[in-house]
Amino acid sequence: MEKFAPVKRSEDGQPVRYLIVDDSVFARKNLARMVETFGGQVVGEAGDGVSAISEYERLTPDIVLMDITMPQMEGIEAAEKIVRDHPSARIVMVSSVGYQENIVAALQRGARHFVQKPVKPEVLYEVIKYVMRDDGTTRGAGAGAGA
Amino acid sequence: MRMDLIQPFINSADAVLAQGLQSPISIENLTMEEEAYRRKGVAAAVILKGDIEGRIIFDVDAEAALQLASRLAGVAVSETNEDLVREAVLELANQVIGNAITTLNDQGFHFHVRPPTLHTSEQGSKSSEDTEALVMCFNTASGKVFMNVALRYHRRRAVEQAVVAG
Repeated sequence: MEKFAPVKRSEDGQPVRYLIVDDSVFARKNLARMVETFGGQVVGEAGDGVSAISEYERLTPDIVLMDITMPQMEGIEAAEKIVRDHPSARIVMVSSVGYQENIVAALQRGARHFVQKPVKPEVLYEVIKYVMRDDGTTRGAGAGAGA
Repeated sequence: MRMDLIQPFINSADAVLAQGLQSPISIENLTMEEEAYRRKGVAAAVILKGDIEGRIIFDVDAEAALQLASRLAGVAVSETNEDLVREAVLELANQVIGNAITTLNDQGFHFHVRPPTLHTSEQGSKSSEDTEALVMCFNTASGKVFMNVALRYHRRRAVEQAVVAG
Protein backbone atom coordinates (compact mmCIF):
# COMPACT_ATOMS: atom_id res chain seq x y z
CA MET A 1 0.00 0.00 0.00
CA GLU A 2 1.29 3.45 -0.87
CA LYS A 3 2.28 5.91 1.84
CA PHE A 4 0.43 9.20 2.21
CA ALA A 5 0.98 12.24 4.35
CA PRO A 6 -1.56 11.98 7.20
CA VAL A 7 -4.65 14.15 6.81
CA LYS A 8 -5.45 15.73 10.18
CA ARG A 9 -8.22 17.94 11.49
CA SER A 10 -6.92 21.49 11.48
CA GLU A 11 -8.67 22.52 14.67
CA ASP A 12 -6.99 20.01 16.95
CA GLY A 13 -4.50 18.06 14.83
CA GLN A 14 -6.35 14.83 15.56
CA PRO A 15 -6.86 12.10 12.96
CA VAL A 16 -9.87 12.46 10.67
CA ARG A 17 -12.70 10.22 11.96
CA TYR A 18 -14.51 8.13 9.34
CA LEU A 19 -17.83 6.33 9.15
CA ILE A 20 -17.80 3.75 6.35
CA VAL A 21 -21.14 2.70 4.88
CA ASP A 22 -21.35 -0.18 2.43
CA ASP A 23 -23.43 -3.35 2.31
CA SER A 24 -20.28 -5.30 1.44
CA VAL A 25 -18.13 -6.20 4.43
CA PHE A 26 -15.29 -6.71 2.00
CA ALA A 27 -15.64 -3.19 0.58
CA ARG A 28 -15.81 -1.70 4.08
CA LYS A 29 -12.61 -3.46 5.11
CA ASN A 30 -10.82 -2.31 1.97
CA LEU A 31 -11.87 1.30 2.50
CA ALA A 32 -10.90 1.08 6.16
CA ARG A 33 -7.42 -0.14 5.25
CA MET A 34 -7.14 2.67 2.74
CA VAL A 35 -8.15 5.52 5.05
CA GLU A 36 -5.85 4.19 7.75
CA THR A 37 -2.96 4.74 5.33
CA PHE A 38 -4.13 8.37 5.19
CA GLY A 39 -3.72 8.56 8.97
CA GLY A 40 -7.48 8.33 9.50
CA GLN A 41 -9.43 6.58 12.21
CA VAL A 42 -12.45 4.44 11.37
CA VAL A 43 -14.91 5.08 14.18
CA GLY A 44 -17.82 3.12 12.76
CA GLU A 45 -19.26 1.04 9.96
CA ALA A 46 -22.77 0.50 8.65
CA GLY A 47 -24.25 -1.85 6.07
CA ASP A 48 -27.27 0.15 4.94
CA GLY A 49 -28.68 3.66 4.85
CA VAL A 50 -30.83 3.31 7.96
CA SER A 51 -27.89 2.21 10.09
CA ALA A 52 -25.77 4.95 8.53
CA ILE A 53 -28.13 7.62 9.85
CA SER A 54 -28.17 6.24 13.39
CA GLU A 55 -24.41 5.72 13.38
CA TYR A 56 -23.87 9.27 12.18
CA GLU A 57 -26.02 10.59 15.05
CA ARG A 58 -24.10 8.48 17.54
CA LEU A 59 -20.57 9.08 16.27
CA THR A 60 -20.63 12.45 14.44
CA PRO A 61 -17.69 11.47 12.22
CA ASP A 62 -15.68 13.98 10.20
CA ILE A 63 -16.31 12.15 6.94
CA VAL A 64 -18.79 9.54 5.77
CA LEU A 65 -17.82 7.27 2.89
CA MET A 66 -21.21 6.15 1.57
CA ASP A 67 -22.09 3.46 -0.98
CA ILE A 68 -25.14 4.13 -3.16
CA THR A 69 -26.75 0.78 -3.93
CA MET A 70 -27.67 -0.79 -0.61
CA PRO A 71 -30.60 -2.69 0.89
CA GLN A 72 -33.28 -1.03 3.05
CA MET A 73 -32.29 2.54 2.25
CA GLU A 74 -29.96 3.59 -0.55
CA GLY A 75 -27.01 5.86 0.04
CA ILE A 76 -28.34 8.96 -1.69
CA GLU A 77 -31.46 8.99 0.47
CA ALA A 78 -29.41 8.40 3.61
CA ALA A 79 -27.04 11.22 2.65
CA GLU A 80 -29.97 13.57 2.15
CA LYS A 81 -31.40 12.76 5.57
CA ILE A 82 -28.05 13.18 7.32
CA VAL A 83 -27.32 16.51 5.62
CA ARG A 84 -30.83 17.79 6.33
CA ASP A 85 -30.18 17.40 10.07
CA HIS A 86 -26.44 18.13 9.92
CA PRO A 87 -25.75 20.63 7.12
CA SER A 88 -22.01 20.53 7.76
CA ALA A 89 -21.80 16.75 7.30
CA ARG A 90 -19.11 15.74 4.83
CA ILE A 91 -20.36 12.80 2.79
CA VAL A 92 -18.38 11.26 -0.04
CA MET A 93 -20.33 8.82 -2.20
CA VAL A 94 -18.35 5.71 -3.17
CA SER A 95 -20.06 3.51 -5.74
CA SER A 96 -19.39 1.31 -8.74
CA VAL A 97 -22.42 2.84 -10.44
CA GLY A 98 -21.15 6.26 -11.44
CA TYR A 99 -23.46 7.57 -14.11
CA GLN A 100 -24.23 11.22 -14.32
CA GLU A 101 -27.77 11.14 -12.92
CA ASN A 102 -26.54 9.35 -9.81
CA ILE A 103 -23.70 11.78 -9.26
CA VAL A 104 -25.87 14.83 -9.80
CA ALA A 105 -28.59 13.45 -7.53
CA ALA A 106 -26.06 12.75 -4.78
CA LEU A 107 -24.49 16.21 -5.02
CA GLN A 108 -27.87 17.94 -5.13
CA ARG A 109 -28.85 16.16 -1.94
CA GLY A 110 -25.80 17.24 -0.03
CA ALA A 111 -22.96 14.86 -0.81
CA ARG A 112 -19.63 16.67 -1.16
CA HIS A 113 -17.98 14.40 -3.70
CA PHE A 114 -18.19 11.15 -5.63
CA VAL A 115 -15.58 8.40 -6.09
CA GLN A 116 -16.15 5.49 -8.43
CA LYS A 117 -15.22 1.93 -7.50
CA PRO A 118 -12.80 0.29 -7.80
CA VAL A 119 -11.32 2.97 -5.59
CA LYS A 120 -7.79 4.08 -6.34
CA PRO A 121 -6.10 5.13 -3.07
CA GLU A 122 -4.51 8.20 -4.64
CA VAL A 123 -7.89 9.38 -5.92
CA LEU A 124 -9.63 8.92 -2.59
CA TYR A 125 -6.75 10.65 -0.82
CA GLU A 126 -7.08 13.74 -3.00
CA VAL A 127 -10.86 13.78 -2.48
CA ILE A 128 -10.43 13.52 1.30
CA LYS A 129 -7.98 16.43 1.29
CA TYR A 130 -10.38 18.43 -0.86
CA VAL A 131 -13.37 17.73 1.34
CA MET A 132 -11.40 18.55 4.48
CA ARG A 133 -9.85 21.65 2.95
CA ASP A 134 -11.74 24.16 5.08
CA ASP A 135 -10.74 22.65 8.36
CA GLY A 136 -8.20 19.99 7.56
CA THR A 137 -4.53 19.95 6.79
CA THR A 138 -1.86 17.47 5.80
CA ARG A 139 1.02 16.94 8.11
CA GLY A 140 4.20 15.00 7.88
CA ALA A 141 6.84 15.70 5.30
CA GLY A 142 8.08 13.65 2.42
CA ALA A 143 5.26 11.13 2.12
CA GLY A 144 2.98 12.59 -0.49
CA ALA A 145 0.48 10.72 -2.64
CA GLY A 146 2.16 8.13 -4.76
CA ALA A 147 5.33 8.25 -2.73
CA MET B 1 -27.35 -10.27 -28.62
CA ARG B 2 -25.96 -6.96 -29.79
CA MET B 3 -22.26 -6.38 -29.24
CA ASP B 4 -22.89 -2.82 -28.04
CA LEU B 5 -24.59 -4.33 -24.99
CA ILE B 6 -21.71 -6.72 -24.35
CA GLN B 7 -18.68 -4.55 -24.95
CA PRO B 8 -19.10 -2.48 -21.75
CA PHE B 9 -19.02 -5.69 -19.70
CA ILE B 10 -15.83 -6.86 -21.38
CA ASN B 11 -14.16 -3.49 -20.91
CA SER B 12 -15.29 -3.24 -17.32
CA ALA B 13 -14.15 -6.75 -16.38
CA ASP B 14 -10.81 -6.07 -18.02
CA ALA B 15 -10.30 -2.80 -16.12
CA VAL B 16 -11.63 -3.88 -12.73
CA LEU B 17 -9.89 -7.26 -12.62
CA ALA B 18 -6.60 -5.83 -13.86
CA GLN B 19 -6.68 -3.08 -11.23
CA GLY B 20 -7.80 -5.34 -8.41
CA LEU B 21 -5.27 -8.04 -9.17
CA GLN B 22 -2.51 -5.69 -10.33
CA SER B 23 -1.85 -7.98 -13.29
CA PRO B 24 -3.03 -8.17 -16.90
CA ILE B 25 -5.97 -10.36 -17.85
CA SER B 26 -7.05 -11.80 -21.16
CA ILE B 27 -10.25 -13.08 -22.67
CA GLU B 28 -9.98 -16.79 -23.35
CA ASN B 29 -13.23 -17.08 -25.25
CA LEU B 30 -16.73 -15.77 -25.87
CA THR B 31 -19.43 -18.32 -26.51
CA MET B 32 -23.17 -18.17 -27.01
CA GLU B 33 -24.93 -20.19 -24.38
CA GLU B 34 -27.00 -22.99 -25.82
CA GLU B 35 -27.71 -24.98 -22.71
CA ALA B 36 -28.77 -23.93 -19.24
CA TYR B 37 -25.95 -22.22 -17.38
CA ARG B 38 -23.89 -24.39 -15.04
CA ARG B 39 -22.20 -22.65 -12.16
CA LYS B 40 -18.40 -23.00 -12.13
CA GLY B 41 -17.55 -21.92 -8.59
CA VAL B 42 -18.49 -18.94 -6.41
CA ALA B 43 -21.07 -16.90 -8.31
CA ALA B 44 -22.98 -13.65 -7.91
CA ALA B 45 -26.03 -12.58 -9.89
CA VAL B 46 -27.40 -9.15 -10.74
CA ILE B 47 -30.83 -8.50 -12.18
CA LEU B 48 -31.35 -5.47 -14.44
CA LYS B 49 -34.69 -3.78 -14.99
CA GLY B 50 -35.31 -0.84 -17.27
CA ASP B 51 -34.48 -0.06 -20.90
CA ILE B 52 -32.38 -3.22 -20.87
CA GLU B 53 -33.55 -6.21 -18.89
CA GLY B 54 -32.01 -9.50 -17.93
CA ARG B 55 -29.37 -10.91 -15.67
CA ILE B 56 -25.63 -11.19 -15.33
CA ILE B 57 -23.87 -13.99 -13.48
CA PHE B 58 -20.31 -13.34 -12.35
CA ASP B 59 -18.71 -16.68 -11.65
CA VAL B 60 -15.23 -17.47 -10.32
CA ASP B 61 -13.87 -20.99 -10.01
CA ALA B 62 -13.29 -22.00 -6.41
CA GLU B 63 -9.50 -21.91 -6.35
CA ALA B 64 -9.40 -18.63 -8.23
CA ALA B 65 -11.99 -17.15 -5.84
CA LEU B 66 -9.75 -17.97 -2.90
CA GLN B 67 -6.75 -16.35 -4.55
CA LEU B 68 -8.80 -13.34 -5.62
CA ALA B 69 -10.07 -12.83 -2.08
CA SER B 70 -6.52 -13.03 -0.70
CA ARG B 71 -5.14 -10.61 -3.26
CA LEU B 72 -7.95 -8.12 -2.78
CA ALA B 73 -7.92 -8.40 1.01
CA GLY B 74 -4.15 -8.01 1.13
CA VAL B 75 -3.86 -11.00 3.48
CA ALA B 76 -4.00 -14.75 2.98
CA VAL B 77 -7.62 -15.88 3.13
CA SER B 78 -8.18 -19.44 4.29
CA GLU B 79 -10.46 -21.70 2.28
CA THR B 80 -12.39 -22.22 5.50
CA ASN B 81 -13.31 -18.54 5.46
CA GLU B 82 -16.06 -19.05 2.89
CA ASP B 83 -17.92 -15.89 3.88
CA LEU B 84 -14.96 -13.68 3.03
CA VAL B 85 -14.45 -15.46 -0.29
CA ARG B 86 -18.12 -14.96 -1.17
CA GLU B 87 -17.92 -11.31 -0.11
CA ALA B 88 -14.92 -10.80 -2.37
CA VAL B 89 -16.75 -12.27 -5.37
CA LEU B 90 -19.88 -10.23 -4.62
CA GLU B 91 -17.86 -7.03 -4.40
CA LEU B 92 -15.97 -7.77 -7.61
CA ALA B 93 -19.27 -8.50 -9.35
CA ASN B 94 -20.63 -5.23 -8.01
CA GLN B 95 -17.67 -3.31 -9.42
CA VAL B 96 -17.55 -5.03 -12.81
CA ILE B 97 -21.28 -4.85 -13.43
CA GLY B 98 -21.62 -1.38 -11.90
CA ASN B 99 -18.95 0.05 -14.18
CA ALA B 100 -20.53 -1.57 -17.24
CA ILE B 101 -23.93 -0.22 -16.28
CA THR B 102 -22.41 3.23 -15.92
CA THR B 103 -21.18 3.06 -19.51
CA LEU B 104 -24.53 1.84 -20.81
CA ASN B 105 -26.32 4.56 -18.88
CA ASP B 106 -24.05 7.19 -20.39
CA GLN B 107 -25.08 5.78 -23.79
CA GLY B 108 -28.70 6.58 -22.98
CA PHE B 109 -30.00 3.36 -21.44
CA HIS B 110 -31.70 3.76 -18.12
CA PHE B 111 -32.33 1.05 -15.57
CA HIS B 112 -32.36 0.18 -11.93
CA VAL B 113 -30.01 -2.30 -10.37
CA ARG B 114 -30.01 -3.97 -6.99
CA PRO B 115 -26.92 -5.21 -5.12
CA PRO B 116 -25.51 -8.55 -6.34
CA THR B 117 -26.81 -11.67 -4.65
CA LEU B 118 -25.08 -14.98 -4.22
CA HIS B 119 -26.02 -17.37 -7.03
CA THR B 120 -26.08 -20.76 -5.39
CA SER B 121 -28.08 -22.96 -7.74
CA GLU B 122 -25.96 -25.30 -9.82
CA GLN B 123 -27.86 -24.52 -12.97
CA GLY B 124 -29.37 -21.30 -14.33
CA SER B 125 -32.26 -20.80 -16.69
CA LYS B 126 -31.82 -21.73 -20.32
CA SER B 127 -31.51 -19.01 -22.92
CA SER B 128 -34.68 -18.03 -24.71
CA GLU B 129 -35.15 -16.55 -28.15
CA ASP B 130 -35.33 -13.01 -26.85
CA THR B 131 -32.76 -13.38 -24.08
CA GLU B 132 -29.67 -14.92 -25.56
CA ALA B 133 -26.81 -15.41 -23.17
CA LEU B 134 -23.16 -14.87 -23.85
CA VAL B 135 -20.52 -16.52 -21.68
CA MET B 136 -17.17 -14.78 -21.39
CA CYS B 137 -14.16 -16.50 -19.89
CA PHE B 138 -11.33 -14.33 -18.58
CA ASN B 139 -7.88 -15.63 -17.70
CA THR B 140 -6.39 -13.93 -14.68
CA ALA B 141 -3.23 -14.57 -12.70
CA SER B 142 -5.48 -16.09 -10.04
CA GLY B 143 -7.48 -18.35 -12.36
CA LYS B 144 -10.56 -18.22 -14.54
CA VAL B 145 -13.42 -15.78 -14.18
CA PHE B 146 -16.66 -16.28 -16.10
CA MET B 147 -19.40 -13.82 -16.87
CA ASN B 148 -22.73 -14.95 -18.25
CA VAL B 149 -24.68 -12.05 -19.71
CA ALA B 150 -28.31 -12.50 -20.76
CA LEU B 151 -29.84 -9.16 -21.69
CA ARG B 152 -32.55 -7.91 -23.98
CA TYR B 153 -34.05 -4.56 -24.84
CA HIS B 154 -37.19 -3.74 -22.95
CA ARG B 155 -40.19 -3.96 -25.29
CA ARG B 156 -40.64 -0.16 -25.41
CA ARG B 157 -36.97 0.39 -26.09
CA ALA B 158 -36.95 -2.33 -28.76
CA VAL B 159 -39.77 -0.59 -30.60
CA GLU B 160 -37.87 2.71 -30.46
CA GLN B 161 -34.76 1.02 -31.82
CA ALA B 162 -36.75 -0.47 -34.67
CA VAL B 163 -38.21 2.93 -35.53
CA VAL B 164 -34.78 4.55 -35.52
CA ALA B 165 -33.44 1.76 -37.72
CA GLY B 166 -36.27 2.48 -40.15
